[in-house]
Amino acid sequence: MINAILVFNNHGKPRLVRFYQHLAEEVQQQIIRETFHLVLKRDDHICNFLECGSLFGGSDYKLIYRHYATLYFVFCVDSSESELGILDLIQVFVETLDKCFENVCELDLIFHMDKVHHILQEVVIGGMVLETNMNEIVAQVEAQSKLEKAEGGLSAAPSRAVSAVKNINLPEIPRNINIGDINIKVPNLSQFM
Amino acid sequence: MALKMVKGSIDRMFDKNLQDLVRGIRNHKEDEAKYISQCIDEIKQELKQDNIAVKANAVCKLTYLQMLGYDISWAAFNIIEVMSASKFTFKRIGYLAASQCFHEGTDVIMLTTNQIRKDLSSPNQYDTGVALTGLSCFVTPDLARDLANDIMTLMSHTKPYIRKKAVLIMYKVFLKYPESLRPAFPRLKEKLEDPDPGVQSAAVNVICELARRNPKNYLSLAPLFFKLMTSSTNNWVLIKIIKLFGALTPLEPRLGKKLIEPLTNLIHSTSAMSLLYECVNTVIAVLISLSSGMPNHSASIQLCVQKLRILIEDSDQNLKYLGLLAMSKILKTHPKSVQSHKDLILQCLDDKDESIRLRALDLLYGMVSKKNLMEIVKKLMIHVDKAEGTTYRDELLTKIIDICSQSNYQYITNFEWYISILVELTRLEGTRHGHLIAAQMLDVAIRVKAIRKFAVSQMAMLLDNAHLIASNTQRNGICEVLYAAAWICGEFSEHLEEANQTLEAMLRPKVTTLPGHIQAVYVQNMVKLYASILQQKERSGEKEGAQEITQLMIERLPQFVQSADLEVQERASCILQLIKYIQKLQIKEVPVAEEVIALFAGELNPVAPKAQKKVPVPEGLDLDAWINEPPSDSESEDEKPKTIFHDEEQRHSRHRQPEIDEEELARRREARKQEQANNPFYIKSSPSPQKRYQDTPGVEHIPVVQIDLSVPLKVPGMPMSDQYVKLEEERRHKQKLEKDKKKKKQKKEKRGKHHRHNSLHTESEEDIAPAHHVDIITEEMPENALPSDEDDKDPNDPYKALDIDLDKPLADSEKLPVQRHRNVETLKSPDSEAPLVEKKSKKPKKKEKKHKEKEREKGKKKEKEKKVVEEEEEKKKSSKHKKKKHKKEKDEKSKDKKKSKKKSHHSEEETTESVQNGTLDDEPLPPMSSYRLLAENPYIKMTYDIQGNLQNDSQVTVSVIFENKSTSFLKSMELNVLDSLNTKMLRPEGSSVHDGIPVPFQLPPGISNEAQFVFTLQSIVMAQKLKGTLSFIVKNDEGSTHEKLDFKLHFSCASYLITTPCYSDAFAKLLESGDLHMSSIKVDGISISFQHLLAKICFHHHFSVVERVDSCASMYSRSIQGHHVCLLVKKGENSVSIDGKCNDSTLLSNLLDEMKETLSKC
Repeated sequence: MINAILVFNNHGKPRLVRFYQHLAEEVQQQIIRETFHLVLKRDDHICNFLECGSLFGGSDYKLIYRHYATLYFVFCVDSSESELGILDLIQVFVETLDKCFENVCELDLIFHMDKVHHILQEVVIGGMVLETNMNEIVAQVEAQSKLEKAEGGLSAAPSRAVSAVKNINLPEIPRNINIGDINIKVPNLSQFM
Repeated sequence: MALKMVKGSIDRMFDKNLQDLVRGIRNHKEDEAKYISQCIDEIKQELKQDNIAVKANAVCKLTYLQMLGYDISWAAFNIIEVMSASKFTFKRIGYLAASQCFHEGTDVIMLTTNQIRKDLSSPNQYDTGVALTGLSCFVTPDLARDLANDIMTLMSHTKPYIRKKAVLIMYKVFLKYPESLRPAFPRLKEKLEDPDPGVQSAAVNVICELARRNPKNYLSLAPLFFKLMTSSTNNWVLIKIIKLFGALTPLEPRLGKKLIEPLTNLIHSTSAMSLLYECVNTVIAVLISLSSGMPNHSASIQLCVQKLRILIEDSDQNLKYLGLLAMSKILKTHPKSVQSHKDLILQCLDDKDESIRLRALDLLYGMVSKKNLMEIVKKLMIHVDKAEGTTYRDELLTKIIDICSQSNYQYITNFEWYISILVELTRLEGTRHGHLIAAQMLDVAIRVKAIRKFAVSQMAMLLDNAHLIASNTQRNGICEVLYAAAWICGEFSEHLEEANQTLEAMLRPKVTTLPGHIQAVYVQNMVKLYASILQQKERSGEKEGAQEITQLMIERLPQFVQSADLEVQERASCILQLIKYIQKLQIKEVPVAEEVIALFAGELNPVAPKAQKKVPVPEGLDLDAWINEPPSDSESEDEKPKTIFHDEEQRHSRHRQPEIDEEELARRREARKQEQANNPFYIKSSPSPQKRYQDTPGVEHIPVVQIDLSVPLKVPGMPMSDQYVKLEEERRHKQKLEKDKKKKKQKKEKRGKHHRHNSLHTESEEDIAPAHHVDIITEEMPENALPSDEDDKDPNDPYKALDIDLDKPLADSEKLPVQRHRNVETLKSPDSEAPLVEKKSKKPKKKEKKHKEKEREKGKKKEKEKKVVEEEEEKKKSSKHKKKKHKKEKDEKSKDKKKSKKKSHHSEEETTESVQNGTLDDEPLPPMSSYRLLAENPYIKMTYDIQGNLQNDSQVTVSVIFENKSTSFLKSMELNVLDSLNTKMLRPEGSSVHDGIPVPFQLPPGISNEAQFVFTLQSIVMAQKLKGTLSFIVKNDEGSTHEKLDFKLHFSCASYLITTPCYSDAFAKLLESGDLHMSSIKVDGISISFQHLLAKICFHHHFSVVERVDSCASMYSRSIQGHHVCLLVKKGENSVSIDGKCNDSTLLSNLLDEMKETLSKC
C-alpha cells in the first residue's frame, strides 16, 4: 500500500499532496516539512530509499523518491510494495505528466494542481496501484478532458473573457518570471514493463 | 500603483479561478497569510451563491488551499453540493475535494450515501470512476455497509476501467466492513482470471494485501497463484504474486519446495532487476522456512548470496541498498554464508550514503565473533567520531551497544575493553542514549564481578570529570551515565582507591544542577562512600580523619536538603540527621563505622526484568479478597485523632533516649536477618560461586592487565580502548605461540595420526581464551516461574477483523445488505398447515420490530449530533424543491391485498410500542393501531402503515398486511402502483414503471401476512395519494379465478415524520432561532383526557413530548428530510389549541390539518 504521495520543489513548497489516510492539516504540513528536510540532505547520487522512522506512524513505512530538476516526487509505502517497482511507477507518473502537459515544468504543476490530481487518480487510487501502463493512463485522462470540454469546462466563456481583461497590462505574468531551468528532464526509463 | 489598484478592483468584481488564486498568492509573498484569509472570505461569499459553477470554482480553490495546510472541513457541505452536480466537470472537482478532506469524523458524510449510489450506477463510466476514486479515500463503515453491494456489482461491469477500480475499492470496503469479505470473495477470486490484465492486476493486488495480514486463510489460493506466476508476463503482477508467496511459505513448507525451481529459473532469466530482487527475497523466505541441510538448498543460498553480492557491488546505490537489505534476511538463518562477505559489508560502512551505512550496520550485528568484535567496534568508533548527524551517531551508538551486549555478552573477551568503550562513548555530544550507556555500565558492573575494581576506578574518573559531562545543557542525555557512575562507586566503594576524592567530587555544588533522580542517587551513594571511608579511617585509627569527613558531609549536605526535588530533599535531610548523630557519637569517641556500614550490608543481585511478573500466584490465594474487612467510617473517625497524638509522644520520648541503641540495635538486626532469611523475595547475600574467581590466580597472574590499568586511569579524556585492541592482539599471539609449542610437543609424541588434522586447523573461536576469566551472573528468576510469552497482540489492529475463513460456504445471513422490499416471512408451500404458519410468521415480525427500534435509537443519537448541519442543508433543499416541484402531477396506481385476522393483535403490539417510545408514562392508554384500512373485498383485506426511513431522506417504507378472508387459497399476488412524479415505488433494477411487484408469499385461508414496499419521494411537504391495484389468483376446489382489487395509498404528512426526542434547551434554541414558520389551529369538543390526547398525537403523528406542564405540552418531531416541527398543545375546557412551528409552512399547515382531523374524531 502507498501511504502518501508528496510532490514538492527544492524549497519545500508543496505542489501535490495526497495522503491515503486521514491526517489533520497541521500534521500533513509537518510531515511535508520533515520529509523535505530528510530528502534535501541527500545528494542526487545516493540511493532513493529512505527509512522514515515513525514519521508516518508506522515503522513499516519507507520513503521512495526521485528528484527531477526542481521537483521531488516522494512516495511513502509499506513493505508490501516493491521498492524498484515504485521507482518505476514514479517514472511512469512523471512521464505521463510530461505527455499530458507537453513538456511538463514546475509551473504546470503549480497552476494545474487539480489536473495533476486527476492524472494521479488514474495511476493510484486509495493507496493501491491502479494502472502502470502509460498509454492506458493517458487515454483515460484525455477521454475525461474531452468530456469536460464538451461540458464547457469549469471556466466557461464569460469568466475566461474576464481573465483576459485582467491580464491586460499586468506585468506579473507567471510565465515571464525567471525561474531558470524548470523543465523536468526525463532520463531514460529503466525497463520495467 | 495605479495598476495594482485597477487589478484589485477587478479582482473584487469578478471571481478568481484557481490560476488567479495561485498567481495572487505568488504575488503576495510578503503577506501571504493575509491574502489567503481574504481569499477565503471571497470563497465563502462564492459558496453562498446558487450558481453551481461558481461553487465548483470555489471548492476547487479550497482544494488548493488545503494543500497549503488550511483546514477546509467547514465547507464539507458545499463540497457535497458540488459532488452532486450533474456535470462531470463539477462532480469531479467535488469528489477531489472530498477525497482530500473527508474522513470518518466528517459528519455530513452520511448524507452522501445516495449521491454516491446514484453516481456508481451512472451510465457515464467516468461518473462512476470518479465516485469510486473518491470513495476509496473517504469510505466509512457506514458507507461501506450501505454501498458494498453496489460496488460488488460493479466488479462485473462491462468496462474494464470500472471493474479494476471496483476491485481495488473492495479492499477498502473490507477494511471498514469486514462482514462483506466472505460474500464478495468468490467474485474477487473470479477476477484473478479476468481477461483484462488491469483487472487481473487489481485483483492480485487486493488479495495480496489481504493475504499479507492473514496469510493462512489464503493458502487454498496457492495453486491458482502458482498458475498465474508461470503464465503471467506482467512484471507488476509477478512481483505481487512472488511477494505473496513469500508470506505464504512459512505456513506451508511444501509450497516452498515447489517454488524453488520456477523462482530459480526466473532469477536466471529475467532482466528486470525489480523482479530478480523479489525472487531472491522469496527464495530466502522459502529457505528460511525449510529445514536446512539438503544439498540443493545450499546451492540456492549460494545463488542468492551471489546475486546479492552483484547487487551490492553495483554502482547503482538503490541496488546496493536492496542487496544489503536482503542480505540481512539471510543472515538470520545462514550467518556463515554472509560472513564470507564481511569485506564487502565493511566497505559499505564507508559509503557516503547514510541509508546504506545503516543497512550495513544491521548486517554487522550478525557478523561479529569473538575474534573480530574488537576490530569491528574499533571501526565503528571511528565512524562515531566522524559522523555528522546526531541521528546517525545515535544509531551507531546503539548498534555498538547491541553488538557488544548481544546474547549475554557472548563475544566479549575483555570486559575492561568494553568498559573503556562505554566510557569513551560518554564523550559523545548531544546523544539521546545516555541511559543506554548507563544501563550497560550498571549491568556489566553488577554481573561481572571480576571487572568491578576496574569499573569503579573508571566511574570515579567520570564522577571527577562530571563537570565535562553535565556542563553543557545540550548534552543532557549523557548525564544519565552519572547516575550509573554514582551508583557503582557507592555500591562497590570497597574497590575505590581514593574514596575521599570521589566523595568530594560528589559533594560539589555543581551537582545540584543535575536532574533530580540523579541527585537522589548521588545522595544515597555518598553515604555508602562515607561509610566505607569511615570504616577505613577507624581501622587505621585516624580519628581526626574520620571526624573531618563527617564534618565535610555536614557542611555540604544542606545544599541537597534545599533541593526542589522531593526525593533528593527527603533523602538528604534524613541522612543529614543521621550524620549529625554520628558526629555526636564520634565526639564521645564511640566507634561507629561498623554500625554505619551495616546500613548497606548485603549484596544486590541482578533480577530479571520480568521476574516479578513470573512469580506464580500460590494456590488458594485470592488477591482480590479483603485481608481485613474495611472498617466502617464512624469507627475510624473516632479512633484516629487519639492515635496520632499518642504516636507522636512516643516518638519524642524515643528520640531522647538513644542509649538503648547498642544492644537494642544488635538485637533488632538479628531479628531482621532472621526475617530476611525466611523471606523468599529478599535477595540474600550468600557467597556466590563467582566470588571465587577473584581469588583464583587466573586473574592476577596476567601481567598485561595490571600494567594497563594504571596507565589510562590517570589520563582522563584519552581514548584507551585502542590500547586494548593492541594488547589483545599481542595476547592472542602469545597464546597462539604457547599453544603451538604445546602442539609441537604433542606432535612429537604422537606423529602421523593427527598430522593432517593439525595442518587444516585454523584459528577458531574456541581458541581465543578471554583475558579475564569472567563469569557473567545470570539474572535471577523466582523459583517455578511461569513460562509465558508476553507479546500480546495489538487488539486495535484493523486487519485482525479481516481474519476470516474464506473457505466455508456462505451462509444466508452473510449476504450483503441490498436495498429491496422486505417481506417478513415467505410461505413456501401452499398446503402447509395454517396454525403452524401463523406462529412462524409472528415471531420474526416481533424481532424485526425490535430491530427497527434499535436502529431508530441509534439514528436518534446520530441525528442529534448532525442536526445543526442538516438543518442548514434542509433549508437549502426545501427551497430547491419548491422551485422544481410545483409542476408536479399526481398519478396513481394500484396494489393488491390479502386478509388478516390479526388486526387486533397488531394493535396491541403497537400500543406497547408507543409507550415504550417513552413519550408518556402514567395512565394506561387505550389500544391504538397505526394500521389503516387500504382496501377490502370478500377475498382479501389490506391494512397499511407508512414509516419514514431514517437512513435515507427520500424513502418511506409501506408495510401492508394482507389478510385472506375467504376459504380459498390466494396466490400470485402482485402489487402495482401508478407512480407520480414525486412518489415512486422502488422496483428491482431493470423492471419498468408498469411492472408490479410480486408479493413474496401466498396466503392459505384465514391467514394474514405482512410485506413491505419501499417508495422514494422528492418533496414531503404535501400529503399524496397513489392509486394502485393488487392482482391475485383465487384457487379453490372449483378452480382458479383471477381477481383484482383497487386501492388508494394515502401518504399523510405525518408518515414522513420520525419520532425524535428533543431536549428542552435544544427545543428552546430552535424556537428562538427565528427560522421557523408559524401556524395554529383550534379544535372544539374534545372530551378525552389530555394524557390520551398527547398519546394520540405521539402515536399517529410521530411526535414526542418535550415538556409537559399541567394541561400544556411542547412536542417535537422531525421529517425524514430534516424539517423540525415544534408544537405547543394547550387544552382548554372543551377545546384544544395547537400552535405549530416548522421550517416549511406548507408542511406545517398540512400537518396541522391532519391533526385536526384526528382530534375531531375524539
